[in-house]
Amino acid sequence: MSQMLLELENVTKSYGSLDALKDVSFSVEKGEWVAIMGPSGSGKTTMMNIVGCMDKPSSGTVVLDGRDISRESPRSLTNIRRDTIGLIFQQFHLINYLTALENVMVAQYYHSLPDEAEAFEALKRVGLEERARHLPNQLSGGEQQRVCIARALINRPRLILADEPTGNLDEANEGKVLELLRELHQEGRTVIVVTHDPEVAEQARRTIVLEHGRVHEIRDNEKD
Amino acid sequence: MFIRMILGALFRQKGKMLMVALTVALGASLASAMLNVMLDVGDKVNRELKAYGANINVLPKGALLLSDLYGMEQAPDTPDMYLSEEDVAKVKTIFWAHNIVDFTPHLNTSGTINGGADAVKVTGTWYQKHLSLPTGEELETGIQRMRSWWDVSGDWISDEDTDRAMIGSALARQQGLELGDSFTLGVGTNEQTFTVSGIIEAGGDEDDQVFITLKTAQDMTDKQEKISSFEVSALTTPDNEIARRAAENPRSLSAKEHETWYCTAYVSSICYQIDEVVPEGVAKPIRQVAESEGTILEKTQLLMLLITVLSLLGAALGISNLISASVMERSSEIGLMKALGAHDVPLTWLVLLEILLVGLVGGLIGYFAGLGFAQIIGQTVFGAPIAAAPMVIPLLSVLVALVIIVGSLPSIRYLLSLRPAEVLHGR
Ligand SMILES: Nc1ncnc2c1ncn2[C@@H]1O[C@H](COP(=O)(O)OP(=O)(O)OP(=O)(O)O)[C@@H](O)[C@H]1O
Ligand SMILES: [Mg+2]
Repeated sequence: MSQMLLELENVTKSYGSLDALKDVSFSVEKGEWVAIMGPSGSGKTTMMNIVGCMDKPSSGTVVLDGRDISRESPRSLTNIRRDTIGLIFQQFHLINYLTALENVMVAQYYHSLPDEAEAFEALKRVGLEERARHLPNQLSGGEQQRVCIARALINRPRLILADEPTGNLDEANEGKVLELLRELHQEGRTVIVVTHDPEVAEQARRTIVLEHGRVHEIRDNEKD
Repeated sequence: MFIRMILGALFRQKGKMLMVALTVALGASLASAMLNVMLDVGDKVNRELKAYGANINVLPKGALLLSDLYGMEQAPDTPDMYLSEEDVAKVKTIFWAHNIVDFTPHLNTSGTINGGADAVKVTGTWYQKHLSLPTGEELETGIQRMRSWWDVSGDWISDEDTDRAMIGSALARQQGLELGDSFTLGVGTNEQTFTVSGIIEAGGDEDDQVFITLKTAQDMTDKQEKISSFEVSALTTPDNEIARRAAENPRSLSAKEHETWYCTAYVSSICYQIDEVVPEGVAKPIRQVAESEGTILEKTQLLMLLITVLSLLGAALGISNLISASVMERSSEIGLMKALGAHDVPLTWLVLLEILLVGLVGGLIGYFAGLGFAQIIGQTVFGAPIAAAPMVIPLLSVLVALVIIVGSLPSIRYLLSLRPAEVLHGR
């Protein structure tokens, strides 16, 4: 068995004449923390969508956990996403008529069975046990992002995909979110973070820089 | 969890859901009003049309024979030219007694005014006659109810009056008579003085006639308890093939057909039944009126059906718009659920069930509001309450459910085609 959780090979994604991604190849090890950087429009989100089983490449192969997801049907893509991926969004995407707790439970519901106690534990972990019964519009941006993280981790995904998770947050909240990502990483989950913030990127072991849809640079962040 | 999600969606977005419920309610109320009116309108329109006069005329056998030969005017004065006044109430004993709305006898004769040379037609009849039938039923009937379109200045006379008369407007002009004037009416050798109580503007033969009570006419002609004919106003079913054949000859029907015909309120079967209870008379439908009534009724019902269909169509469009708007607004939420692993079928159910629940509430409100509308329509158009038909409830439920499902089809198609990648990154 390979050590790799994710392998991209010559992945190209075209929108008409525009190549959002062109011949992108790289791989991510199990348990690794990788940052993706690059200027706006360089194809970061496009790549995350493909890795997150929400889009298919125009050509090339993407192997996630031993399965080539560029060949799967939409239905099984949904299942793979549900079982192996936790998504964190820049705009949080909480359901506005459900409480924090219920928002976490929705993820359980579509995965397996809702378990209120477990959902509550997840909220406790992100420090929101007091806020469990609040609706999203009663929460601050930082709190909403932490609900989003609790929702992403509730089904114990192997891979966490975060597209600019700190983009809408102030520094204090950014710190909290990074701390949570670090914890998840330490638990052995693989984390891929898209960011514009070099400080956030530094936390990762490697940074992949995209430019005009191509891998421009892969750097190791020597921390130890 | 499913239930919590639905309840959350319903109760925490009250405003939006209320709009959908109200649209459904509006459509449902129109449909329920129209359906209720439509199912009840047969009777109502029929009664309304009956207000425009009689549709069956009962003549003595002898008169019919002679009038066929010479026309009424020259008919000689023989005993078989008359029916008995007590025959009239017998129409209330036939199988379709319930469909007999009004009836009134006539005793026709001619006389002179103030000793003039011209003969004028004199009719004795009932005006607002109170009858106590042998069956115990009490009712009021007479020409005042059967000629509601007459434009009468002054007062109608009552059945007890012996010295008041109503005269046609043309006759009044010709004789220079006005309300309150007196005149002498000569019939045969008898003479009597009357006051003009009312002047009739009917737009027909009646404008040249004198109207007095039946009793007075009988006394003046020495024809106690006799009448020359009576007219009956009945609610009838539009004729079909069997009815037409029966009208030609009732014996041409098979036993089974005869039974069906007899037990249906065709004008011909009602006539047949009147003949059974008044053997000295012959009941004749006044064809034109009876037939046009049937077609007018059919047309009215068609019109109402059209309005029902249109109102439901309108509601479907409105619902479709509202639901589309709500689904579009929630596309990021639905994309998120897809991203979290929701498959198409449960998602469709979620949205559909939500809308159906809201639709149920709207439908209920609409049904009762529609009953209210139906009453308003009933009162303003027909001057009578509309009976609530229980059949409307299942019919309306099915229609509302259908409208909601059809109305949400475009949204559901949109929902299924939604790709989470496109909605979640706020492009
Ligand atoms: N559905 C689409 N249709 C057409 N063009 C698209 C579509 N999605 C992305 N693109 C184009 O692909 C390119 C890459 O877009 P992408 O969203 O991946 O950039 P990004 O690196 O995430 O940028 P940002 O940092 O602003 O989020 C852009 O030029 C974008 O306009
Ligand atoms: Mg992006």
